[in-house]
Amino acid sequence: MKRVYVNEQWCLGCHLCEYYCAYANSGQESMVKALKDKTIRARIKVEEKDGISFAVNCRHCTEPLCVKSCIAGALTQKDGLIVIDQDKCVGCFSCIMACPYGALMPNEEGVMQKCELCTTNSHMLPVCVSGCPNKAIVFEER
Amino acid sequence: MKYVIVGNSIASVGCIESIRKVDKEGSICVIGDEKYPCYARPLISYLLQSKTTVEKMVYRDKAFYESNAVTLLLGKRAKTIDRETKHLALDDGSTVAYDKLLIATGSYPFIPPMKNLESVKKCFTFMNLDDAKNLEKALAKESRVLIIGAGLIGLKCAEGIRDRVKSITVVDLASRILPSILDEAGSALVEKKLTDEGLTFILHDSVREFFNGDALLSSGAVVGYDILVLAVGVRPNISLVNEAGGEVNRAILIDEKCQTSIPDVYAAGDCCESIDYVTKERKVLAILPNAYMQGEVAGRNMAGDETFFDKAMAMNAIGFFGLHVITAGIYEGQEKLFTTETGYKRLFVQDGTLVGYILIGDTINRAGIYTSLIRNKTDLGTLDFDLISEEPLLMAFAKKERAHKLGDAQ
Amino acid sequence: MGINYLYPDFEVHRDKDKCINCRVCERQCANEVHAFDKELNRMIADDSKCVNCHRCVSLCPTHALKIVKTDHHFKENANWKGEVIQDIYRQAESGGVLLASMGTPKDYPVYWDKMLINASQVTNPSIDPLREPMETRTFLGQKSTKIKRDDQGRLITTTTPQLSLNIPIMFSAMSYGSISYNAHKSLAMAAQELGIFYNTGEGGLHEDFYQYGKNTIVQVASGRFGVHPGYLNAGAAIEIKMGQGAKPGIGGHLPGSKIGEDISKTRMIPEHADAISPAPHHDIYSIEDLRQLVFALKEATAYTKPIIVKVAAVHNISAIASGIARSGADIIAIDGFRGGTGAAPARTRDNVGIPIELALASVDSRLRQEGIRNNVSLVVGGSIRSSADVIKAIALGADAIYVATSALLALGCHLCRTCQNGKCNWGIATQKPELVKRLNPEVGSQRLVNLITAWEHEIKEMMGGMGINSIEALRGNRLMLRGIGLNETELQILGISHAGQ
Repeated sequence: MKRVYVNEQWCLGCHLCEYYCAYANSGQESMVKALKDKTIRARIKVEEKDGISFAVNCRHCTEPLCVKSCIAGALTQKDGLIVIDQDKCVGCFSCIMACPYGALMPNEEGVMQKCELCTTNSHMLPVCVSGCPNKAIVFEER
Repeated sequence: MKYVIVGNSIASVGCIESIRKVDKEGSICVIGDEKYPCYARPLISYLLQSKTTVEKMVYRDKAFYESNAVTLLLGKRAKTIDRETKHLALDDGSTVAYDKLLIATGSYPFIPPMKNLESVKKCFTFMNLDDAKNLEKALAKESRVLIIGAGLIGLKCAEGIRDRVKSITVVDLASRILPSILDEAGSALVEKKLTDEGLTFILHDSVREFFNGDALLSSGAVVGYDILVLAVGVRPNISLVNEAGGEVNRAILIDEKCQTSIPDVYAAGDCCESIDYVTKERKVLAILPNAYMQGEVAGRNMAGDETFFDKAMAMNAIGFFGLHVITAGIYEGQEKLFTTETGYKRLFVQDGTLVGYILIGDTINRAGIYTSLIRNKTDLGTLDFDLISEEPLLMAFAKKERAHKLGDAQ
Repeated sequence: MGINYLYPDFEVHRDKDKCINCRVCERQCANEVHAFDKELNRMIADDSKCVNCHRCVSLCPTHALKIVKTDHHFKENANWKGEVIQDIYRQAESGGVLLASMGTPKDYPVYWDKMLINASQVTNPSIDPLREPMETRTFLGQKSTKIKRDDQGRLITTTTPQLSLNIPIMFSAMSYGSISYNAHKSLAMAAQELGIFYNTGEGGLHEDFYQYGKNTIVQVASGRFGVHPGYLNAGAAIEIKMGQGAKPGIGGHLPGSKIGEDISKTRMIPEHADAISPAPHHDIYSIEDLRQLVFALKEATAYTKPIIVKVAAVHNISAIASGIARSGADIIAIDGFRGGTGAAPARTRDNVGIPIELALASVDSRLRQEGIRNNVSLVVGGSIRSSADVIKAIALGADAIYVATSALLALGCHLCRTCQNGKCNWGIATQKPELVKRLNPEVGSQRLVNLITAWEHEIKEMMGGMGINSIEALRGNRLMLRGIGLNETELQILGISHAGQ
C-alpha cells in the first residue's frame, strides 16, 4: 500500500504540510476562508528542535494498536488504510493512549481525527505531499 | 475446522477477524447471551449522555458477521463443555460441536451483601446495553441517584446521567475515587472536577441498610435516593472452564497463546487472568485493548498460526466532563513529576525503562509514545529522556530510530 | 547608527485579507525580514533586510505576499541616477570595493536578441523531429583534418580524446564553496542523466562526487585548490581556468566563513582560511607557459582526457584564442561578460570584458582564417538563456555551450544577486546547513533534467524548421542567422547579413 513517508534530511520545518492538511480537511474551497484567524488542527504535526525537523502523521500500521484499542469500533482498517468514523467516536482518547506515533488528536468537538491519506476529503492525494516544497514527504509503496 | 466462540463482545470480534486472516474456510459459530450483535459496551454511559445511539454503538459494520461467514446464536448461553467429545451444551438443550473453542464470557457485576437490598425497587447494575436501557427508563428529572462504587463504571454512569437527574451521590468504601488507576493526587483532582460538576461523594463509607427511599450508611449518615446503581466491581465468568476442570484462579488461567489448560479451549478478555507484561504477575487485566488482542491471538492460534500475546498491561483512557486521564503500567520506581495548568504528568522509571505513567488534563497529548516506551521496554539511555519526559516527541529518539519509525515503519 | 542614507530598495506587500499567519515567510527568510507580532496578531516585515529573493513569495500558500520595487526616488537626473548616488553613499560609508554577484544587470546590448533564425520554405523541406531522427550528439576535442596511414598503408583511426555529449549543452564551472553541496550534487546527477557534463569549478571535487566522474569536468585554476592526481584523473576532461567572464583579469575570493570542514578537505586548505585565487596563474606568462601546463596535465592523465582552456571574452580574444589553439589544448571555452559569479567587484563585473556573441564570432572566424579551427572545439558561455540562444551560438560557430545562470534558475535561484552574503534562501549559494538542506538534489536534478530536455526538444524543432537534421550541419552555419537593428560593424563582426538581405 502507498503510504506517506517523511525524510527528516529534507524537512525544512516550514510547517506548510500542517496548513495544507488543515485546509484540505476543512471542506472549504479557499485556504484563506478555511484558515484565516483560526487555530489550525492539522492531522500532521511537525516536530522541530535544534535545526532538525520532520512531520509525523498516521503510519497506517499493519497491526494498528489504535484500531485494537478503540472502544467504540470507530477506528477500522480498510484495505490497509486506517480510517475513523467520527460519527461513532465518543472522544474517549483510547487511541491517543495506544498510538506509538502520537498521530491521533481531537478536533474542535473533541472527536478524534487522523490522517486518512486525503482519501476522505476532496483532494484525493495527500496534500502534505504535494504541498511539501522539498519532497521531504513522499507518498509511495515501500 | 469448526470454531466456536462463547461470548459476543470485543474478544470475540478480535478472534473472528484473526481466524479469517488465516482460515477463510472453517465454520465460525458465536454464542452470545445478549440479543444484540457485538456492540461497544463501554459506550453505554455515552448512550445515556446522548453522545451516541444504539445504532452507532454497533462495533463492526452490518455486514461483519455475514462477510466473515459467522453463524450467530444469540440469546443463548453455553452451560457446559464436554472436553472429551468436544461439545458445548447450550441452555436451550441443544449442543454445538467444536474443534477449537474460545471462551470470551467476560464478567458479571459483583453485588456484595447489603441489608435489605432486595427491597429496593429501582436497583440497577451498569454493565451492558440492557442495564443502560433499564436504567434509562427509570430516570426522571426529579430522581435522586445513589451510586455504590466510585470506580470507572460507577463514575462513567454518573457522568452519563448527570444532566437527566436531580442529584447523584456516590458512596464508596475506599477513601478515594478510582483507586485502581489513579494516585492520590489524581483521585483528588478528578473528585474535585466531578464535585464541581454536581456530584456528591461520600467516601470511606458503605451502606449498612436500605430503607424505602433512604440508605443508612455505616457512618450513620442517611442518603435519600430514588434510584440505586450498584457498581462495586465485577467478577469474571469462569464457570464453564472451571466446571470442565480447567485451571482457574480468580479468573481463567491462560498462557501466552491464550490457551487454557483444557486442550483446544482458549480464553480471552475480561474472564481471563494473564501475565502482566510489566510486573510479570498474573492479573485480570479487564480492559478493552487486551480483550481484543487476546481474542486476536487466540484466533490465530486456533487457526493454526502460532502467535503469542505477551504484552498485556494495564492502561486506561478515561474522561469526565472534558477532564481526560490516561494511565498505563505500574506506579513504582523513580518518578518524574510535571504539573501544568489543568493537570499533571507522572512518569515512573525502573531499571532504566519506563514502567508506568499518569497523565491528567493537558498532558495527555500523544500519550501513546509513552505507552510504546513501556510496551517496547525501551532503554531510556538510548534516547533523550529529559526531552521526552517534557513532551512525548519522536524527536527524543536517536536519529536512526527516528528514521526507522518514520521511514520504514508500517 | 548615524544617518541612514539608504532607503530600502524593496517593500514587502502583504495582503492582510489573504495572510493566514502560517509564518512560513518568517521561517523561510534567512534575512529575518518577517516576524509575527503577537500583540497585533499579524505578520510584520522589515523591508530594509529584504533582498527580493522571492522565497517567501514562492512558499506563501495563499499568495498574500509580493515584493515591490520602492517608488521612493531621488530627484530625476539622467546622469546621476539613483543607483549611482546610492553606490557613492555605500562607499562613503564603508570605504570598500563594492561587491556584486551573478551577471551584470546593466543594460548592455544582448546580441542574441538582435539575431533571427531562418526556416525552410518550399524549396528545401523542413523536417518534423517527431517523425524523423535528429542528431544532437556532439564530440568535443581536436578533429583531425588529414587522413593518416601507418607504414603498412593502413588507415589510422585513433583520435585524440573527445568528450561525447548527447546535447551540446554543459553546466559551466561553479565551485563547491561558491555553491552548496546539494547544488553540486543536483548538477552532477542531472549531467549523468542527460549524458552531458558539469564542471567542478576551482574548488576541488568532494569525495562523494567521484562517482559522477564520467560526467565531470575538473577545473585547475590559479589557486590550484583541491588539485591532486586523483582529482585530475577523476573527471572526463580537465579545464584550465585562465579567466571568468564576470571578472576578467582578477582572481577569486571565498571568505573563510564559508570554509567549513568539508570544503576545507575538498580544497585542501585549512578550515576558516580565506581561499584566494590569484589573478594570474603564476606559472603562466605566455602561450608557451600555457602549453607547458596543458601538457603537464596531459602527462598526468596519460593523454586520456581532453584539456579545456577557459578564458574570459576580452578585447583581443581572437588572438588569444589563436594562441590557445596552438597550445595543445583540445577545447577553448570562452566566457562572455554577462556571465555569472558568486562574488565579484561590481565595477569589474559591470565594465570589463565583451559580449560573448561578438567574441564567439570573431574567434570562430579567426581560427578558420588561420586554418586551425579543427585544432580545437569551441564552447561558449556567459548568459545563454534559452534554446534559441543555443541555436544562435552554434550557428555562430560554437561546438557547445555552457550554462550556469540558467541552471541555477532551474534550481530555484531568483537572481536576487546577493550570493556574496552566503545566506541564499534557495540553498544554492550558501554553506549554512539549514539553508543547504532546502535544495533536495532529487528535486533539483529533476528540474535541471527537465530544463535541458525541454531545450533539446526546442532545438530539434528549430533545426527541423531549418531543414537541418544534424547539429553538425548547423555549426558555424551563419547563413541561418540574420541581424536585426545592427549596424554595419556589428554585422561584420558577427559575420551575418541583416534581416531582409
